Amino acid sequence: MSRKFLSGNEAFAEGIRLASPQVISAYPITPQTIVVERLSEMVEDGSLKAEYVHVESEHSALSCAIGASAAGARAFTATSSQGLLYMAECLYYAAGGRFPIVMMNADRSTALPWNIYGDQRDSLSQLDSGWIQSYAENAQEALDLALMSYKIAEDKRVQTPYMANLDGFVLTHTYETVDIPEREQADKFLPPYETDNRIDFENPKNMAFSAGPDTNYIFKYKEHKGILAAAEVISETENEFAEIFGRHYTGLTENYRTEDADYIIVTLGSIAGLCRETADKLRENGVKAGVVRIRYMRPFPNKEIADVLGNVRAYAVLEKDISFGNEGTVFTNVNSALKKAGVDVKGYNFIGGLGGRNISAGDIENIITGIANGTENVNFIGIGGEDNGK
Amino acid sequence: MIEVLWLGRGGQGAFTAAKLLGAAYTIDDDNRYALAFPSFGPERRGAPVRAFTKLDTKPVVDRSQTEKADYIVIIDDTLYTPQLQGFLKPTGKIIVNSKNDIDGTITFDAESLAAEFRLPTANSVMFGLLVGISDVVTSNEAVEAIKGYMPAKIQERNINALLKAVQEVAE
Repeated sequence: MSRKFLSGNEAFAEGIRLASPQVISAYPITPQTIVVERLSEMVEDGSLKAEYVHVESEHSALSCAIGASAAGARAFTATSSQGLLYMAECLYYAAGGRFPIVMMNADRSTALPWNIYGDQRDSLSQLDSGWIQSYAENAQEALDLALMSYKIAEDKRVQTPYMANLDGFVLTHTYETVDIPEREQADKFLPPYETDNRIDFENPKNMAFSAGPDTNYIFKYKEHKGILAAAEVISETENEFAEIFGRHYTGLTENYRTEDADYIIVTLGSIAGLCRETADKLRENGVKAGVVRIRYMRPFPNKEIADVLGNVRAYAVLEKDISFGNEGTVFTNVNSALKKAGVDVKGYNFIGGLGGRNISAGDIENIITGIANGTENVNFIGIGGEDNGK
Repeated sequence: MIEVLWLGRGGQGAFTAAKLLGAAYTIDDDNRYALAFPSFGPERRGAPVRAFTKLDTKPVVDRSQTEKADYIVIIDDTLYTPQLQGFLKPTGKIIVNSKNDIDGTITFDAESLAAEFRLPTANSVMFGLLVGISDVVTSNEAVEAIKGYMPAKIQERNINALLKAVQEVAE
């Protein structure tokens, strides 16, 4: 193990180097660029033995990764924002074809107005594409997820592509100390990719075919079952990871001071740390605050969310997203989890950080005050309530 | 937590200095934590750049921009405005690369010192001044950070410039 002072992008690239993909196809886009630059340097200096394919667009980047995966190779790509939207067609091909590709997405706003800064509107718009979606909080978790992602995606029970999301700039461009595992440990943790879902001249079969109305729904059902199975595989993978590397992760969600909390903020990504720090501060003043960090949006942690929010007075969902004409998509998902579990607790939605806007400790304190006193259903931080529920 | 705000123009190495400080603080101590990040966005030569370093003995989880700094280090004196005093903690200090005196700041002609070491930019000198004035990291830790994170061919000149700067303010 070595310790280095790295950005989120650089840490993720280190994790991918240890995962040894055989094919990397990528098109650069801010704030993802550094991860693919580092990987190309690793291929150049021989420390990563992969075929690095420079493509002319994101649509081609993922198409190339699909082709590589169909040939039985471990494939990687990375993108962000408009690049993710441009490759949207291929996301569904990768998921439907059950190709366990890993893609890093640097979460960034979507045009117009043109903006290169971080928010989560790009990846959350693709929740229905059939990919596993993780959201890292810091550079260490980003590196560890890069290594775990292939083990989860390639598991026979799952066979689903994996989108690892890192908040643009706030995580991708922020430097912090990261432990880099040893090559031998990584190889022990993640063996080479083996699959029957590949082109094989000895055993030829039809791949990426069409399926009519009588069978199509069966494939879609199996796709759904595959991504649901990921929940258990994530848990198993994290246990094995902890045994080898000594770092522990907590599955689809991570709870902080939730046991006796009256008020909980549910959020995702790199803002969670500031939420926890603010919860500590509020507790010193007698306000029992807690935080739930959603680590995976797909598969969605229905049970985990319902279990933890059952006894609170009110909860807030803080997200860098808005589904125009309704509310934030994470809020919709959280509310659905509670409804299914029969939990009846008042929740409020807070939309912040759009286009990279800073979210301060004061903003987070105001969220807790807001839900304690009651506020609009949907609130834009710094602007006010925009309630469509009345 | 110690928070340092760096101001420079694109190409002057403000963010490099911010990173080096974070790396120096954590380089030999598992119980120290740092975050370093730039004012996010497209990088353009000559445009104003802000960079942040946060240092603590527990993990730094607040990734928001610094609102009150312990030190503001300004590599280009045209970026100094009196409003910056409002971004300081009560005990905070502003260090400016300038040939002139500026009220409420510590000024030093870092440009000329950098030139002595054939360095096109004064970021290592400013880092050295911060080390000398603040003791947030030791000279040794700063030197180790340069060895670990700067290209080999420019390490020696930057190390010498940094050490000279530490000495200048220590005297």
